[in-house]
Amino acid sequence: MITVKNYIKPDTLEAAYELNQKRANRIIGGMMWLRMGKGNILTAIDLSGLLSGEITETDTDFHIGSMCTLRQLETHPGLAKSFGSVWKECTRHIVGVQFRNGATVGGSIFGRYGFSDILTAFLVFDTKVKLYKKGIIPLSEFITMDRDRDILEEIIVAKDGRRAVYLSERRSQTDFPVLTCAASCYEGIVLVSIGARPMRATVTETTLDEMEHIADAFDYGSNMRGSREYRKHLAEVLLCRAKKALEEGNV
Amino acid sequence: MEVQFELNGKPVCTEIEPGAVLFDILRSLGCYSVKCGCETTNCGLCTVWVDGTPRLSCSILAARAAGCKITTLEGVQEEAARFGAYLAAEGAEQCGYCSPGFIMNVLAMERELCTDGKTPNREEIREYLAGNLCRCTGYAGQLRAVEKYLRERRG
Repeated sequence: MITVKNYIKPDTLEAAYELNQKRANRIIGGMMWLRMGKGNILTAIDLSGLLSGEITETDTDFHIGSMCTLRQLETHPGLAKSFGSVWKECTRHIVGVQFRNGATVGGSIFGRYGFSDILTAFLVFDTKVKLYKKGIIPLSEFITMDRDRDILEEIIVAKDGRRAVYLSERRSQTDFPVLTCAASCYEGIVLVSIGARPMRATVTETTLDEMEHIADAFDYGSNMRGSREYRKHLAEVLLCRAKKALEEGNV
Repeated sequence: MEVQFELNGKPVCTEIEPGAVLFDILRSLGCYSVKCGCETTNCGLCTVWVDGTPRLSCSILAARAAGCKITTLEGVQEEAARFGAYLAAEGAEQCGYCSPGFIMNVLAMERELCTDGKTPNREEIREYLAGNLCRCTGYAGQLRAVEKYLRERRG
């Protein structure tokens, strides 16, 4: 259980950033995961008035505000038109509609959680994150960085026309995934991302021919949901299915 | 701190602790239909509408509800009773503890998915209602009730 001593909606991002430098303070996104934690929060920093909760489309990119909910990601017609069913597929298994109406994309991406479905999916696109202090950096670089107290403003996904496939395995519906897998193919280059290993998702580059054998490129671990060996086997199976889907254009 | 919002169509102004969650405030304001089940954002018992969207009131700071329109089962009694009759007819509830959250989500689903004469199929219904756990019924009766309700409401 968490306790909150103060609640503040800052007027500017600079004020929010300054507040967030104090370790006892926390930025609240959707509060779905934070709610389940323990500890005392001196000041809860609510960015809902400062950061966008919208998905906007330009000629070249989609800009996904960090306060945008997982449900918006799931149902956005523009994203579906440009990228197919991957966004629906990577969100629809997450708890329930009420949960997804609260959980934010920014919270999932900035948290870089090991169980994250959507981090796995975003990694196979040309995705960048816009941080308040560090500016715009590729998501693949962001996930390797140490955690700091910057503020994620938005996620930018290039509209390059690539299609992707997303697959996951769960022990029961709406549970955390045992393994997540996403793959995209663009100009002959295949990006494969495996998450919930049970570590943070990472991405690697391959080709359609080599894709089935790329499972070895990832590390796996054991937890109550599955052993290292089981996860590696699952990765091989999901990669075969992903390859088939990409080859058949079934994305 | 003070927070103002609209609760079931009526303006509310109440004093809250900064860390209070909406669920507790709604109960303190007499909305006893809002139940606490898991406190881990999984069960859907505490479902209310925030600006017309179904949300888990156990995971929203009450301070964030400022300026929002909050709707609980008490605010949609007629619709709830109409759908509740289908649940009863199908024997789809036993202890009834999950019913308020379940009904709120079914009504939200009806508003969101039943547009332009469309009716969701069984798979879509299951998916929408996946966040409402019931430990008594096994969901079969509830699904029958939802399907009949939507079918008959749409002629």
